[in-house]
Amino acid sequence: MLPLILRRLLATIPVMGVVALFVFALLRVTPGDPAAIIAGDYATPQDIERIRAALGLDRPLLVQIGIWLGQLLRGDLGTSIFSGLPVTTLIKQRLEPTAALTILAMLLAVSAAVPLGVLAAWKQGSWIDRAVMGIAVAGFSMPVFWLGFLLVYVFAVWLGLLPVQGYTPFSAGFWPFLRHLILPALTLSLVFMALIARMTRASMLGVLGEDYIRTAFAKGLAPWAVLTRHALKSASLPIVTIIGVGFALLIGGAVVTESVFALPGIGRLSVDAILRRDYPVIQGVILIVSGVYVLLNLVIDLLYLFLDPRIRY
Amino acid sequence: MGSPPTDSAPLEPSLGALAGGDLALAGASARPGGTAWRFLKRNPTLLAGLVFLALIVLASAGASLWWTRDPQSMRPIARLRPPSLEQWFGTDHFGRDLYSRTIYGGRISLAVGAAVAVISLIIGTGIGLVSGYFRRLDAVVMRVMDGLMAIPSILLALALMALVRASLQSVIIALVIPEIPRTVRLVRASVLSLRELVMVEGARAVGAGTPRILLRYILPALVAPLIVQGTYICASAMLVEAYLSFLGAGTPPHIPSWGNIMAEGRAYVQLAFWIILFPGLFLGFTVLAVNMIGDGLRDLLKVR
Repeated sequence: MLPLILRRLLATIPVMGVVALFVFALLRVTPGDPAAIIAGDYATPQDIERIRAALGLDRPLLVQIGIWLGQLLRGDLGTSIFSGLPVTTLIKQRLEPTAALTILAMLLAVSAAVPLGVLAAWKQGSWIDRAVMGIAVAGFSMPVFWLGFLLVYVFAVWLGLLPVQGYTPFSAGFWPFLRHLILPALTLSLVFMALIARMTRASMLGVLGEDYIRTAFAKGLAPWAVLTRHALKSASLPIVTIIGVGFALLIGGAVVTESVFALPGIGRLSVDAILRRDYPVIQGVILIVSGVYVLLNLVIDLLYLFLDPRIRY
Repeated sequence: MGSPPTDSAPLEPSLGALAGGDLALAGASARPGGTAWRFLKRNPTLLAGLVFLALIVLASAGASLWWTRDPQSMRPIARLRPPSLEQWFGTDHFGRDLYSRTIYGGRISLAVGAAVAVISLIIGTGIGLVSGYFRRLDAVVMRVMDGLMAIPSILLALALMALVRASLQSVIIALVIPEIPRTVRLVRASVLSLRELVMVEGARAVGAGTPRILLRYILPALVAPLIVQGTYICASAMLVEAYLSFLGAGTPPHIPSWGNIMAEGRAYVQLAFWIILFPGLFLGFTVLAVNMIGDGLRDLLKVR
């Protein structure tokens, strides 16, 4: 088991290496002078020169790659051009809202979508099935921020039940913290819910046709017992996979959701950085987010070993 | 991703194989349109999606016909008016008619969606074909694709937009790049299984070169999955285009795309919700139509 985990861990290195090189190249292969673009339209030649030196763009390319990779290995993501703070510090400051938002959204999505998907598969072709699948397609066709504003309009402006926007840290108490997160998490979870419900249904349909399911029904087991203990167990692998792959979607959605609800998270950090062309911050955020994505999918790969004992890599 | 080839397609290197049975039937029936209609009747999702999309395309392509006004003309007297008989969707903070802006705005979303789908399919298919056929190249290309796929597409598109001047072309490029890896993986997986077929072996035995095998024997079997993939790319590109505009890094603000109209309306959410409501409904409806076409085609062409 241990050598296996180690081997999978090693396999993530080339992927992260590609991300690091890509993020490095992004700034160098673009048309025009990146230092001039970052400096903006009203920059003096001195400003451009300062930025070029700060980014190390005045050195030979190979030296730049060496410095960049060396910094990364030491856990140094560079310094923000705009605020002068280390990028790692900026990211750490913004971590809590994003983590809270994505985790809550994921919990909401999974706890609603899996039962709905199971139900739709069980009642295949019925109006329940059609309703669930119809809502699912509509769910990931709607713009995330539009859904967000709709929820704000109904629950905050109209009914006045929840705050319009803003964030309260967890340390300020659980209820204020949760109140501010309900609408953003609901907004973010809808797309994800649609995706998981569809996958659950498809995967369950594949399993429900099996002989052992018919046997389980025939020997008089309660439907929920057959569905959960027999069918869902074998149908869980693709569902877990889609949860991992969908993380990229979730982070993308978080960027938009944080902007709608004015949450001071990683998404807002990256949008602000992009509007100010603060490239070290953009690079840092991409690296961290991709790293989390790769690690999450590694964990899921390893989870397979427990979910399906037949799998041996 | 490693989907087995459909049973009919690879045997005969043409798309006709997929519709072979019904094409023969069409010869017997009097009306040539009969086959298409029978297909659609069996597939209500596809039919509904096509009708919806046709409506949207008609509305935005012939925008000047549908009682619209100049989408850019400002009437400061009539600022932030709610929907009424005169201004069906209300007006924005410059007094511009939102109905006209929404109808015209569809052109940009549709054009961006179609362009991104076509371009990323062409590039992705090219890379996928070559990489699936040449083992040594494959290892390098797939690592690069794995790396690209680890970056959430909205973040990647945003980062690309930060480095270029905002224009319709740069938005299209920024949306194409994150879509390429998925197409490459799809094509490559199919090539890996298709290249082992007797048909390909036979072709090589008669002396067909690699380009000929790729284009005449392997590519045709990929048409069906690629069409389905294209619809999904189109749907997601229209959404991400709106996200980029909404976040302030998309098409230049003077272009009335659905994303831009909503981005301008966000400051007035509590005051004039209709500015966001209608373009969002149109965008969601369009994306829904394209997704339904994708789902319908997937069932019809038996992809995956």
